[in-house]
Amino acid sequence: MSEPSDPVRRIKAPVRLEYSITPGQTLSRFLAGVIEGRLLGRRCPSCTKVYVPPKGACPTCGVPCVDEVPVADTGTVTTFCIVNVPFEGQAMKLPYVYGAILLDGADLPLLHLITGLPADQVRMGLRVKADWLPPAERRPTLESIRWFIPTGEPDATFDSYKEHL
Amino acid sequence: MRDVAIVSFAQYAVAHTEHDEVEMLVPVITEVIERSGIPKKEIGFTVSGSCDYLGGRPFSFVMALDAVGAWPPISESHVEMDGAWALYEAWVRLQHGDIDSALVYAFGRSSQGDLRDVMVTQLDPYVLAPLAPDWISLAALQARAMLDAGLCTERDMAAIAARSRRDATANPAAHVKGDARVEDLLKNRYVVSPLRVHDCPPVSDGVAAAVLVAGDRARKVCKRPAWIRGIDHRIEPHSLGVRDLTRSPSTSLAAKKAGVHGRKVDLAEIHAPFTHQEIIVRDALGLEGGVAINPSGGSVGAPDRRM
Amino acid sequence: MESTAVRGGALKAPYVLEYTYRRSVGPVLGRFLTSLREGRIEGVRTPSGKVLVPPAEYDPESGEAVGDFVEVGQSGVVTTWGWVEEPRPNQPLARPFAWALIKLDGADTAMLHAVDAPSAAHMKSGMRVKVRWRAERVGEIQDIACFEPELAPNLATDSPKSETRSSGGAR
Repeated sequence: MSEPSDPVRRIKAPVRLEYSITPGQTLSRFLAGVIEGRLLGRRCPSCTKVYVPPKGACPTCGVPCVDEVPVADTGTVTTFCIVNVPFEGQAMKLPYVYGAILLDGADLPLLHLITGLPADQVRMGLRVKADWLPPAERRPTLESIRWFIPTGEPDATFDSYKEHL
Repeated sequence: MRDVAIVSFAQYAVAHTEHDEVEMLVPVITEVIERSGIPKKEIGFTVSGSCDYLGGRPFSFVMALDAVGAWPPISESHVEMDGAWALYEAWVRLQHGDIDSALVYAFGRSSQGDLRDVMVTQLDPYVLAPLAPDWISLAALQARAMLDAGLCTERDMAAIAARSRRDATANPAAHVKGDARVEDLLKNRYVVSPLRVHDCPPVSDGVAAAVLVAGDRARKVCKRPAWIRGIDHRIEPHSLGVRDLTRSPSTSLAAKKAGVHGRKVDLAEIHAPFTHQEIIVRDALGLEGGVAINPSGGSVGAPDRRM
Repeated sequence: MESTAVRGGALKAPYVLEYTYRRSVGPVLGRFLTSLREGRIEGVRTPSGKVLVPPAEYDPESGEAVGDFVEVGQSGVVTTWGWVEEPRPNQPLARPFAWALIKLDGADTAMLHAVDAPSAAHMKSGMRVKVRWRAERVGEIQDIACFEPELAPNLATDSPKSETRSSGGAR
């Protein structure tokens, strides 16, 4: 055949896989607590760090974290980013802030949305609290917390969270 | 070549687990390290094998490191697919001579997805995957070729399934076991002809781990180390239509290079997820008639309702 | 997405993993797919003289780059097959069908596709099948809708072997 004027250069090769996933016992228990408005971390018996959300094992020690430790739904912003660029699946109006929140009682920050103030005023040390969905709307997901909003307290000192960055 | 031995091994498998990968791994890794005689902090290299597509989580092998506790930082690697590759990498790493122990582990939660869909993603994306031939269909093509060539019968295949299930009753780690008569198995419907349900592997969630130790250290920590006398791997062209599906030259060549082809062995554990494949691999290895094959029960098993 | 609590406290939720890949095919596969779009089938000849269908960029045996393109026939021989009683989504046919490796006339290797046969009893290795083209072709392997038996079914002369019945006889 003589060279066609429009040879095939590409094919559509979509991949679509459907799963029914189970998150494991540890996370299941945590998410059950979320429905009730409780944040249950777990403490490592070896290094005593409290993880929220909890994991099947402490990532530094490799041992199961069995002890449940309720943590507050208030905390300190340790770092954050301001999203300016639209993307597929975007739910929030731009610009919006996504950050790490060290809940009071936890040793590792939790990632969530931060709002209730202009994006350019979000800062490390900002004190925030969870804004929960009404109980009837909560489901086993961290989306049961809409976002975190300022408490109005003075900023936390750097010393209070510098070991948790 | 440095002598390397397996000094401990542990595994766990079930049809479907309510635990995540880390929760499954922690008890097995804890056990294999305790039984190795090597303190965890002294393990020189850690390598895991897994396929993210099984559980649907990209980079799931990173999460699995929680079960190891990677602090202070460890020397670690991951390979695609399975623990056999991870073990090979650990063996190669130990040949360097600067460390003398390695932790190897493998894991997968196949029950979360439909394995017959997941396995299509490993095929040639241009001329195979778009037709969605699942792995049972592809194995069926090979089984038919075996029947056509007179290399086995459906009864032979059922006999392998029956023997495997019976042998598995003695294996506490096997999750599919029991007595089965060949006559009853042959009454099962085809999944994709000529493969019946018992000719195919069960869907499993599981983990396995081993500790490899080199040289004299192995003798110090273990009364009877399982020495790796030879190890080799070979691959053939992936395209289905360019090979003779009834034979496995890669197995023969790997066996020759590993020094075991045609030699007298007491037993052989063969990974043959489909019953007809045990015959192909057995013949490719040059195994004699009296060798015990898969006394563990092997990889085949029972009906799975999602097959 | 909805999740359901499972007895014992473990949760379960549906999850879809989806990628919208568009893959570049290169000059060799591109030419194969272009000829499919035109209702023809082309393979390549290796330096050793073998005709590969589907084509490969390099000879699987020697690793050498392949040479000329060669048009092959639109029918050929089934070298092995398997019967699918319950087709899965995205497979070539929605009714029971056979997978087969098919060596087209003029090719030295076999290609995988589906055969639209009335039943497993109509399939056997060595039978001849011919291409059924898709009406609208775009340049992909599915431009071949499937294959079909070349001869009209004649159960009187092509008596099926007992093991092809799905009720489970065996040799």
